Amino acid sequence: MNYDRILVRYGELSTKGRNRNQFINKLKKSILHVLRDYKDLKIELGRDRLFIHLNGTPFEAVREKLRRVFGIQSFSPVVRTGKDIEEMKAAALELVRRNFSEGKTFKVSARRSDKLFELDTNEINYTIGSHVLRNLEKLKVDVKNPDINLLVEVRAEGVFLSCEKYSGAVGLPTGASGKAMLLLSGGIDSPVAGYFMLKRGVEIEAIHFHSPPYTSERAKQKVIDLASKLTEFGARMKLHIVPFTAIQQKIQEQVPENYTMTSTRRMMLAIADKICKQRGGLAIVTGESLGQVASQTLESMRAINEVTSTPVLRPLIAMDKLDIIDVAQTIGTHDISILPYEDCCTIFTPPSPKTRPKLEKVQFFESFVDFEEMMEEAVRDMETIQLPEEKAAGEFSDLL
Amino acid sequence: MIYFDNSATTKPYKEALDTFVKVNEQFFGNPSSLHHLGIQAERLLTEARKQIASLMGAKSEEIIFTSGGTESNNLAIKGAAFANRHRGSHIITQQTEHPSVINACRQLEELGFQVTYLPVDSEGRVAVQEIAQALTDETIVVSIMHVNNETGTIQPVKEIAQLLQKHPKALFHVDDIQGRGKVELNLDGIDLCSLSAHKFHGLKGNGVLYKKKEVKLSSLLSGGNQESGWRSGTENAGGLAAMAKALRLTEEQRAEKGHVMKDIQLFLRTELEKMERTVIHTPEEGCAPHILNFSIAGIKGEVLIHALEEKGCYLSTTSACSSRQRKTSTVLTAMGLSKSAADSSIRLSLSYGNTIEEAKAFIRLLKETIPNLTKVQR
Repeated sequence: MNYDRILVRYGELSTKGRNRNQFINKLKKSILHVLRDYKDLKIELGRDRLFIHLNGTPFEAVREKLRRVFGIQSFSPVVRTGKDIEEMKAAALELVRRNFSEGKTFKVSARRSDKLFELDTNEINYTIGSHVLRNLEKLKVDVKNPDINLLVEVRAEGVFLSCEKYSGAVGLPTGASGKAMLLLSGGIDSPVAGYFMLKRGVEIEAIHFHSPPYTSERAKQKVIDLASKLTEFGARMKLHIVPFTAIQQKIQEQVPENYTMTSTRRMMLAIADKICKQRGGLAIVTGESLGQVASQTLESMRAINEVTSTPVLRPLIAMDKLDIIDVAQTIGTHDISILPYEDCCTIFTPPSPKTRPKLEKVQFFESFVDFEEMMEEAVRDMETIQLPEEKAAGEFSDLL
Repeated sequence: MIYFDNSATTKPYKEALDTFVKVNEQFFGNPSSLHHLGIQAERLLTEARKQIASLMGAKSEEIIFTSGGTESNNLAIKGAAFANRHRGSHIITQQTEHPSVINACRQLEELGFQVTYLPVDSEGRVAVQEIAQALTDETIVVSIMHVNNETGTIQPVKEIAQLLQKHPKALFHVDDIQGRGKVELNLDGIDLCSLSAHKFHGLKGNGVLYKKKEVKLSSLLSGGNQESGWRSGTENAGGLAAMAKALRLTEEQRAEKGHVMKDIQLFLRTELEKMERTVIHTPEEGCAPHILNFSIAGIKGEVLIHALEEKGCYLSTTSACSSRQRKTSTVLTAMGLSKSAADSSIRLSLSYGNTIEEAKAFIRLLKETIPNLTKVQR
């Protein structure tokens, strides 16, 4: 007995009125992206749920991937039988048996949209229920709060049975809330910030500042790996790698040591803002958490944020470091983040950066150089990578 | 030439050799080096690891590259024993294991561990029930091979894995060196699993130890902490990439030619059974498709091997690893064979490259050879 399809129940989007169809289509796109390796799957959209037709693909293969897709409340694998009561009884028993362990309770919930079927709802409940009960010792009935709720749905095209229910990742399907730019450093926090925005349906394009030879190719690869990890949550992602060496060197020359950090962050944000406008983004996302480091005090944020009027979203602002680490571990970015390569935020860090920088001072220090021109150049020269990369595998394909 | 000694080693695929040469010409950087050449080699290793993991049904981080089957078996058993000695000191294995398992266990006995070497039945199979009885609160490792290298007997690995679900303290190691690419193995319930590249047309000097993510080992080689610290030493990128390719090609061959190999084995079995004084030691049911172990009463295995070699047929007596010591096969005596029957045993082992024509030619040559030998030996 194999599963025929997966029933997917929508999350919050069921309440979204007119935008509903657009949301459902985004969800479909997310599911197709995450399950792209399985060519036989077909998706059938409905008003408050959709079906993934497995066409021979094993349910177990797609289960864990599906659990990462935002916008899904829950999903259940479904068995299909013909409209034959013996066939239904056998399938029902097998399904309950798979999920049964001693002490569990169950009930049958039948629905019948095909009114020509020989039994009515109550008769189906009774016939199936008593068959399962007779054949599974120590199984008890509990119609109010059962451990196993066996759904039996008789429709014109066949009978559908299911009793397993897996919780989904909830949230909103990716892209349903517009696009934002994520500053991705290579540390623990920024991927987690990206994850939270993805969960709220934001389409992400990541920006990374690369400063060769001060930062290595490995540091860049690490960021590519982090961004690729985030694509497991339902969407492809663009990663913009901005050459940042010249600007960083200029800041070192021009700005007093305790203000270099503040200036560096201002340049990063200003560049991100340029890319954001160019790419049609609506906001900038950072992994800042209040008070974590010198650049993340309120005074610093004020001095840095001054370069743009684009909303800067900081989903981790009130989170503790340990909680952020927990999330990083669950989403699988933690082990990549802790690889020990220098990144754009750790090189040139002054021994005692200002924790309360003055906006007027930093503006004054920067006023002697045409940073604007340098930033324009950095944006012009940036490299954009589409993730997940097909290249890495192809590069060595003749060798493997 | 008829090469029927594929359990000793296989001929490397041309494609695997090409990979080895090309990697050593173009990607010779040390994967730990900071520069581009190093990073390229590292990326190649990452891809090779991913491919092997996916072919085994494992995760990338669960693959430890080693220098071959012997190292994998040693790292699994000694590494698990050392890392878990605070939890217990008892190890269970069985008598027909490969020397790299048996002797690793013997060494652990010298260091104070207790080892139970369970007996096997006349087909060479260990009883799950016996393992259940041998398990104690002290048991930290159970090591049972998948396919026996001399007889092709398949051990009840799946049932043992199920049994051990109830004994989470005991880690389960499976030596799958002879089985890989020939007999399917599901890693469910298996904590450690050894592979060797040259048994599936890769190169000598490369192997894999699958280590389930949460399992802890003590490393045997200390150094620069390559392989996430489980196995130090500069990675042999060329050999490892060649292994990934060889495993992929072998799995493709299995899908395509698995039934052909079975047919050849059945043909050989039927023909041998028709011959006088032939006894087949490989069980009819529950055996791998590539090994056939048999004796011809009254003719020493070694003599027959050399006689066949003169006619261009290459076979083995016992396993290649044991035959140098000129000892009677402990695998066959464990199955209850007499010393003389064991001494006359021959192991024939196939690859997907062998054909039914070769099998027919072999039977013809064998029939020519036997009368000459019996004349002299009587």
